[in-house]
Amino acid sequence: MRFLAPFKIAARALRRNKMRSLLTMLGIIIGVGSVIAAVSITTGATKQVEDKVASLGQNVVTVFSGNFNAGGRRGGWGSAPTLTVEDSQAIKEEVANVVAVSPEVRDRAQIQANGLNWNTQVIGESPDYPQIRDWNIASGSMFTDGDVRSLAKVAVIGKTVVDELFPGEDPVGQTLIVRDIPFKVVGVLASKGFNLFGQDQDDVVIIPYTSHMRRLSKRTFVNSIMVQAADKNSINLVQADISSLLSERHNKSEEPDFTVRTQLELMEMATSTSRIMSVLLAAIASVSLLVGGIGIMNIMLVSVTERTREIGIRMAVGARSRDILIQFLIEAVTLSAVGGLIGIALGMTAAWITSHFTGWPTLTPVLWVGIACVSSAGIGIVSGFYPAWKASRLDPIEALRYE
Amino acid sequence: MRARPTRLAAASPEGIKAILAVQTNAVIKLADIHKVYHTGEVDVHAVRGVSLDILPGEFVAIMGSSGSGKSTLMNLVGCLDRPSNGSYLLDGIDVATLDRDQRAMVRNEKIGFVFQGFNLLARTTALENVEMPMLYNHQRVPSHEQKQRAIQSLELVGLAARADHKPNQLSGGQQQRVAIARALVNRPSLLLADEPTGNLDSQTSIEIMGVFQKLNAQGITIVMVTHELDVARYTKRMIILRDGKILTDEKVADRLNAEAELQNLRQAHEAVKLA
Repeated sequence: MRFLAPFKIAARALRRNKMRSLLTMLGIIIGVGSVIAAVSITTGATKQVEDKVASLGQNVVTVFSGNFNAGGRRGGWGSAPTLTVEDSQAIKEEVANVVAVSPEVRDRAQIQANGLNWNTQVIGESPDYPQIRDWNIASGSMFTDGDVRSLAKVAVIGKTVVDELFPGEDPVGQTLIVRDIPFKVVGVLASKGFNLFGQDQDDVVIIPYTSHMRRLSKRTFVNSIMVQAADKNSINLVQADISSLLSERHNKSEEPDFTVRTQLELMEMATSTSRIMSVLLAAIASVSLLVGGIGIMNIMLVSVTERTREIGIRMAVGARSRDILIQFLIEAVTLSAVGGLIGIALGMTAAWITSHFTGWPTLTPVLWVGIACVSSAGIGIVSGFYPAWKASRLDPIEALRYE
Repeated sequence: MRARPTRLAAASPEGIKAILAVQTNAVIKLADIHKVYHTGEVDVHAVRGVSLDILPGEFVAIMGSSGSGKSTLMNLVGCLDRPSNGSYLLDGIDVATLDRDQRAMVRNEKIGFVFQGFNLLARTTALENVEMPMLYNHQRVPSHEQKQRAIQSLELVGLAARADHKPNQLSGGQQQRVAIARALVNRPSLLLADEPTGNLDSQTSIEIMGVFQKLNAQGITIVMVTHELDVARYTKRMIILRDGKILTDEKVADRLNAEAELQNLRQAHEAVKLA
């Protein structure tokens, strides 16, 4: 039998009953369509979360101090005065695979310049900070280790602060007043957008942590320490080493008064919800595909019965069992594969519409398009096999006599 | 499997006949064919020992009332079924022992079927209907050659002009011609017709018999099952079955010529009009 011939026969048979073919495909169309739409939406969401987490920096391990607890009043993460600058130095010197460390002090403050004022986050960091956060300096430069040592009154500011205080100007070299202390702007950070929690990361003023602690917040402890591991593989090792180092430095026996979080953990926490959603949707979709497969089997059985005489004619002129089997199998696979393709197109359209009206980012992974194609063809083979086998076993004499 | 005529007992009249048949390349050689159907508790003995030789170029009518076993014999000759007993050589091939797929191949290459109900594929053009058997050829025919052969075949039955028509656009006689073209397309050794005129009016029946006579004149061997004596008289040899056995097997003495009969019919028609 020629290679293309069974496809032509199948196409003709399906065209003959257009409405029936379409209704039969509907199960597969809905199944595949909902899988593709669901996967596109959850993948888009996951991708967005991943991007946000990635915007935290490269291979970052963060140490938070424990919660402040005085007489039953608990202050939340980062509030307890347990982490010190010495801790961060110890991490930099004693923990292997650490490439950069920045002790972090956070505060909100009113700032002024050009006769304008603005309330923003003022954070103290080390010069390693842009490297850890994978954050470029758009103009000017980052302050130096010398600035840290000399408690220099210098600042690097984010895009939002530039827009609010220096509209249409180059702020580098200008003066910014933070709580009555003048700071010289030495650099402007590239725009980074919103973070995982919806905060504007560009609404920030960064100064040396020493200047922050001595001049501004008058603190002796730091809120957290940001550490950059050498590469992805060493993150967990760095995390463990920091834990044991700090336990030793603080209080060996008691409960640790700090928390070490890695970017990977954050990533997992942030994407676990959408992963559960994907699994759930896939489960629902596979039920729909199963129903679609049963629909195809049903209609193929009807088709075999209806076309008993045709099968008889084909057998009389020399079709072997195998030829008949292949003919009906290809018909079933064509039904399900075409249904699958329509489903993919519909699913992608649905995802596009969703993203158009809600603004959610959507992304259709090529892998899932492939999975949808293969599984819909597979459903065709599985559900078409029994009817096709039944057709191929018909007795030509009986089939020819069938009315 | 090839026939081994030398093994047969040459002394017996049967043996001599067999050798002659093989030497003249009998298209069909049935030897003591039996067919028993096991339906429920009763065994139906449909064919009870039929021996028959049909030579190339013959035009044979098999007749008999219903229950005479002619349909069963037709199915056996057409390799749609296997005899319970006896041997059947078709074009020198022992087909009694072939399996399902091998029989399908034999049908494809050696036999062309023409049925009472035409059995064309609906909503499929005459040309595609005629091409259909070539889909199942053991040796693949290139598609341009398939089309060429199908058109040649339609020309043989005088329907090349209707190649693009679908069965519902054709008259009964034209549909049967398409079926005959389909039967001829693989150049079979044997054309097997089962009540080919059963669904046709008398004039169209004569036209179809004319097609058969023309094909037979070109050397095509035809075996036709019919219960109409009128139709059988267009053949060269008439075999009458009764109770699964051959009752008579004789040459058709007063053979009709379809061409002449049609002429007569037309004249009679004219006469009616004039009167």
